[in-house]
Amino acid sequence: MSEALEAIFHVNTLTSTLRLATPIALAAMAGTLSERVGVINLALEAKLLAGAFAGAYASYVTGSAWLGVGAAVLAGVLIGALLGLFTLRWRANHVVAGIGLNILALGLTTWLLQVIWGSRGTSPVVPDLPGWSIPGLQAVPLLGPLLSGHSPLVYVMLLAGPLLWVWLFKTPGGLRARMIGEHPEAADTVGIPVRRTQFLLLLAAGALAALGGAQLSLGHLSWFSQNMSAGRGYMALAANVFGRWNPLGSMLAALLFAFTDALQMRVQTLPSPPPTELVQMLPYLLTILVVAGAFRKARPPAALGRHYEPGRSGTE
Amino acid sequence: MTVSHNDAGRPLPPPAGAAPGPAPTPGGGGADAPPAPAIEMIGIYKRFGPVQASAGAHLRVYPGEIHCLLGENGAGKSTLMKILYGLYAMDAGEIRIRGRTAVIRSPGDAMRAGIGMVHQHFMLVDDFTVAENVIAGMEPRRRGLIDMAAARRLVAEYSRRFGLHVDPGARVEDLSVGQQQRVEILKALIRGAEFLILDEPTAVLTPQEADELFRVMRQLKAEGKTIIFITHKLKETMAVADRVTVLRAGRDAGSMPASQTTPQRLAELMVGRRVLLQVPAPPAQRGPALLQLENVTVKGAGKDLLRSVNLQVRGGEILGIAGVEGNGQLELEEVVAGWRTPDQGRVRIAGRDVAGMGPRRRRRPGCAHIPPGRPRRGPAPALSVEQNVVLGRHWGQPYARLGVLRRPAVRELADAVTSRFDVRGGRGPVGGLSGGNQQKLVVGRELYHNPWVILACQPTRGVDVGAIERIHRELLDMRARGAAVLLISADLDELLALSDRLAVIYEGEIVAEGETGQFTEEMLGLLMAGQRPSGGSGRNAAGRNGTGRDGAGRDGAGPTEATAGD
Repeated sequence: MSEALEAIFHVNTLTSTLRLATPIALAAMAGTLSERVGVINLALEAKLLAGAFAGAYASYVTGSAWLGVGAAVLAGVLIGALLGLFTLRWRANHVVAGIGLNILALGLTTWLLQVIWGSRGTSPVVPDLPGWSIPGLQAVPLLGPLLSGHSPLVYVMLLAGPLLWVWLFKTPGGLRARMIGEHPEAADTVGIPVRRTQFLLLLAAGALAALGGAQLSLGHLSWFSQNMSAGRGYMALAANVFGRWNPLGSMLAALLFAFTDALQMRVQTLPSPPPTELVQMLPYLLTILVVAGAFRKARPPAALGRHYEPGRSGTE
Repeated sequence: MTVSHNDAGRPLPPPAGAAPGPAPTPGGGGADAPPAPAIEMIGIYKRFGPVQASAGAHLRVYPGEIHCLLGENGAGKSTLMKILYGLYAMDAGEIRIRGRTAVIRSPGDAMRAGIGMVHQHFMLVDDFTVAENVIAGMEPRRRGLIDMAAARRLVAEYSRRFGLHVDPGARVEDLSVGQQQRVEILKALIRGAEFLILDEPTAVLTPQEADELFRVMRQLKAEGKTIIFITHKLKETMAVADRVTVLRAGRDAGSMPASQTTPQRLAELMVGRRVLLQVPAPPAQRGPALLQLENVTVKGAGKDLLRSVNLQVRGGEILGIAGVEGNGQLELEEVVAGWRTPDQGRVRIAGRDVAGMGPRRRRRPGCAHIPPGRPRRGPAPALSVEQNVVLGRHWGQPYARLGVLRRPAVRELADAVTSRFDVRGGRGPVGGLSGGNQQKLVVGRELYHNPWVILACQPTRGVDVGAIERIHRELLDMRARGAAVLLISADLDELLALSDRLAVIYEGEIVAEGETGQFTEEMLGLLMAGQRPSGGSGRNAAGRNGTGRDGAGRDGAGPTEATAGD
């Protein structure tokens, strides 16, 4: 029993929570951004995967993990732009467009993996991001070890939550974005450029999610492997819903997901582990509780998934 | 012989744009020439696909007046105003504001020109507070963030100044419709609107809320604002307007000071023709009642969508339902078709209570349902002509056996329907046919099997002249064969051309019913707008022609109605 408690609060559990949460949280916040302007973003998976691949490849070629991060961002923006073209310009169904991009990204990265490195499984080891520590913080008893030595992208994630929250709920830009997701016609009638705003936010979401991908291949590990994102994009979308389309909520939900994962992994390694079945049940139990609580009051943006064509709405 | 109906000098309903009636008179109405117009719209044209929504409309609005834009549904009122507000781009025409040509490409341009609009469907985010809704797009800022305190002060200040009481911190979804409308007006005023367009603002209001709105309008006028008020209600026009412009079929049919006109005159202008046809319709060969509605009530959120509707249609007659759209016609259609179960009352077909019978079981014995021409509910656009033609009969002999369609039989049916009903455009997906041909196909599908109860809803809306004539002729043929036809239409001309009897529906209630010849178009216009015709004997005089007076009561039915109205 005490062993279990110790496992829960062990610093290693918490630090690996942060590490595991970063890709999901960044992607979840990206999902929040795009869904707040009314675009369902299933392409998060594609953005993670493409980000991970582009990051690893650029790092491999240039020898600089930072250039890898830049390449990941570019790849994410590109996929965001494609999603924008499909859903906004060509009025494709948002879900279909997203899934199509996911399949495209999976196929393309798998193929490139083989073409470039001649491998079906993993790339060679590439230069990865350094671990950062925040001077002064290391000395603080509990927080020090918890918040030290992580990849820079972990800190980006921790900062992005509050910053995006402020942007979305406290600034004019955020108000306008939310208005588009709720009632695009209303936004149009007060002179807010609906399409342009949606497109820009899709690009931003692409960049954000791709940073999560870079965390996978350059932060957490130091290579790319086939289907590296492994469904985290979908988990991110779920985290966005748990988080009620709120960047902070998305971040916290992702942390919770990651925590249960980390905990389960940790408990397995104890000298006398409790019954495996019970342990493995815990994350799901927790998820069910969270879902039951979150969905009760969750309300998606009113115009989510709808196509808006200025000047064509309404009849007489 | 009943077909001669049409030849008796009655013009067929004109399509949009071809209406006779007074020509637009730009520069004509200037007897009491007020100052220079504040807003001028000159020769505005706008087409949506096959529909010419604006066909050379003119509008002159003078500063500081309440200008009523009056017209039936579909006359092009909203289109004209959405053009003025930059939501639609016009195909041709000119807009002048204070004498200068204005280019308005977006609502932003309109706002800069001092134009504000309150839309029929509110442009408010339910989830936002009043203040957030009002200031979105023009947020007061402090250090990059929204200064919400300043926003609330601003809203409070304007709401005091114009007497538009509303709590800036309240969430919009918690407000009444009337309060939401005030938020919309505030939105426009805070953006500096000098000209305020109100698009059918009373449609959603209770009478008390409407009175309150009129008070606000007068106050705004006193503050020097100019108001364009869109409506189809004569009473409201007479109550608040300084000046009225009537739109019909996309054009202005007349413009005059409200003090120099009467509701009767306005109704005439709205509808387009002066005289109601008194053509002696060949007497209907009426048979027994085939379709009956007894006390049918459909409840909606807060109000009844249909209230104790009693109707009966006999074999060999066409009963027309007149009314401004949205007064319960859709519910009536759904109740008769079997899509919706009434909350009270019953529907009888050939005397039999059909409660619990869905559309399929109602169709089998010989009921047909022609859904509206627009939006097209009738055909499945992706399916071929053959597939569409067999819909509704595809589950049995002779068109299917053991659940498999029999292609030859279906093809034969398609051949017969397309040739008899003159459906052109090939055999491909129906979506590729013109609107008129699509609708002829639906009419053909429904009428080919000689049904004896026919529900026809807006059968010719959005359909070209040739197809209208065809469809009308088919309906009259069915009548001659002894079918009972319930015709629901927003098109008065169509109703007058086809119906033996008319019932007027207003807010879910049948407010008048009688032989077609007893109504003038003016009376219908007034009844449809919720007014009683002068004299007052019209309303509710509608004798419910007692159920069960089969055949015999041909001429006896209904004359109680006879409004001494004019």
